[in-house]
Amino acid sequence: MTRQKRSHHKLKRAVAPYLYLSPSLLIIGLLMLLPMATVIAYSFQNSAVLRRDPSFAGLKHYQAIFDDPVFWASLWHTLYFTCMSVVFHMTIGMVFALMLNSDRINPRLRNVLRVLYILPWLFTAVIIAVIWRLLLEPNGVVNSILMQIGIIGSKVEWFSSPQTALHAVTFANIWAGYPLFMVSLLAGLQGIPKDFYEAADIDGAKAYQKLIFITIPQLMPIIISISLLDFIWTMQVFPLIWITTGGGPIYSTEVLSTYTYKLAFSSYNLSQASASAVVILLISLGLTLFYIRYQKAR
Amino acid sequence: MRKRNSGKDRLITVALHVALAAGLFFAAFPIYWMLSSSFKSNTEIFALPPTILPKAFTLEAYAAILGDPVKLRFFFNSYFVAGAVTVLTVLIALLAAYGFSRFNFRGKGSLNTLIISTQTIPPITLLIPFFGLVVSYGIFDTYVALILTYLVFTLPYAILLMTGYLNTLPRDLDEAVAVDGGSSWTALWRVIVPISLPGIVATSVYTFLLCWNEFLFALTLTKSTSMRTVPIGIQLLMGQHAFEWNQMMAMSVLGSLPLLLIYLVAQRYFLAGMTAGSVK
Repeated sequence: MTRQKRSHHKLKRAVAPYLYLSPSLLIIGLLMLLPMATVIAYSFQNSAVLRRDPSFAGLKHYQAIFDDPVFWASLWHTLYFTCMSVVFHMTIGMVFALMLNSDRINPRLRNVLRVLYILPWLFTAVIIAVIWRLLLEPNGVVNSILMQIGIIGSKVEWFSSPQTALHAVTFANIWAGYPLFMVSLLAGLQGIPKDFYEAADIDGAKAYQKLIFITIPQLMPIIISISLLDFIWTMQVFPLIWITTGGGPIYSTEVLSTYTYKLAFSSYNLSQASASAVVILLISLGLTLFYIRYQKAR
Repeated sequence: MRKRNSGKDRLITVALHVALAAGLFFAAFPIYWMLSSSFKSNTEIFALPPTILPKAFTLEAYAAILGDPVKLRFFFNSYFVAGAVTVLTVLIALLAAYGFSRFNFRGKGSLNTLIISTQTIPPITLLIPFFGLVVSYGIFDTYVALILTYLVFTLPYAILLMTGYLNTLPRDLDEAVAVDGGSSWTALWRVIVPISLPGIVATSVYTFLLCWNEFLFALTLTKSTSMRTVPIGIQLLMGQHAFEWNQMMAMSVLGSLPLLLIYLVAQRYFLAGMTAGSVK
């Protein structure tokens, strides 16, 4: 190769990665970063989207949201829904993973059960919502069973009574989401070196001691990163609540996303909805930063 | 080694199997109930006491769904949009992943962080500006609106998945092409793509799944019945015939079929995609 040709080759090598990345960066820039800037701008305008020349509104829309008790109720419901979901996803996922990983069960049975235990994960949020609406109908099978064994005395309207609605949607979401933990923890369990347990056996460790001193510490990195991701994703819940309760009755299951959606597309108050969307974005970004720092530290 | 056959040990094994059965009931009963209800008549669904197996097995709910062109259109729309987005996503992500995996360049670290963080952007935040954009460009209620907006959410995952896969392939393969005077473009298509099929399949499966499940954008960025996708179709069915539970269940079963089939056929690829976020 001549020197000229070689430097030409080097130049190509330097430009190439940017060319390969350009379609992706174009899409992310135009359809993600630009809209994010737009929604922030909307939140400071009067009659955003609806008028061509919106006037500057300052912090008015943020003020309106923070003065709205429904916003605070939504925030609280979102936190309850999310924390309960993550804690139970983790607990159920862990218990199921440990059970499936036990050498006391036949490997054939293990494989079949693993497939069946993952099932809830394969269904779309809308379908999960429809299934639970059928199960929890006042005349449905859950009430019928619970009444038969005497846990409840009369039919409970799970989704349409303000006392139970939030618990009912949270339960449906717990059912739908534990397999992510289960699958990840199962993979993690298989990665723990066998000699750790053999050494513990020689020292005469009990089963619960092995769980506390070997299994859980070894799984900690997975538990933390999945919990963070699950928290971020569960906070964004929309279809499950939209289809089961629509945020009702009397706002008792209103979460940040349904609150924002209603502001935007039922009241057509797109400016105030944008302010609410920016608040959600900031919460998410805070958690994401935490997640990325954790991933990098690993 | 564990002492087998002692009384306590046998008790633990029995208890474990009881717990496994309880777990199975928790995981699978709701799904079984959907399936069995889809084969019942509407009056039987709320029969007391509930019938575990359909007493009068009927396909009337499926016939009602599959005989209705409006509902078939929901399925077509879902398959079409998810298919188109999958093809575009995989192509674009493959190029980006190749750039990330095979080159060192200025800004690589921060671009990678940017892509990881875009995974967690709340869809509701982008919905309002998307609505504004889609209306002002006159693509409200079109496939283009859905395809473009889905692309934004599928791309980050796809890039991370593909980069992860390409990083597992030895570099000597494409370096051999460079030694022979071939460009990196040639190396990509001649060498990398043919051996990346497992990664491409995993990425496609996951992308398809994200699109198939999407609800919020489909709800907001389309309006006419002929543009609606399956999840919205189920919601519409619920609004119109709130008491046709067997039809809703049949539609849910049909709407879950693609994912169930993909899962059963390509379990490994499926799980690779689903857990991609956590096992980097």
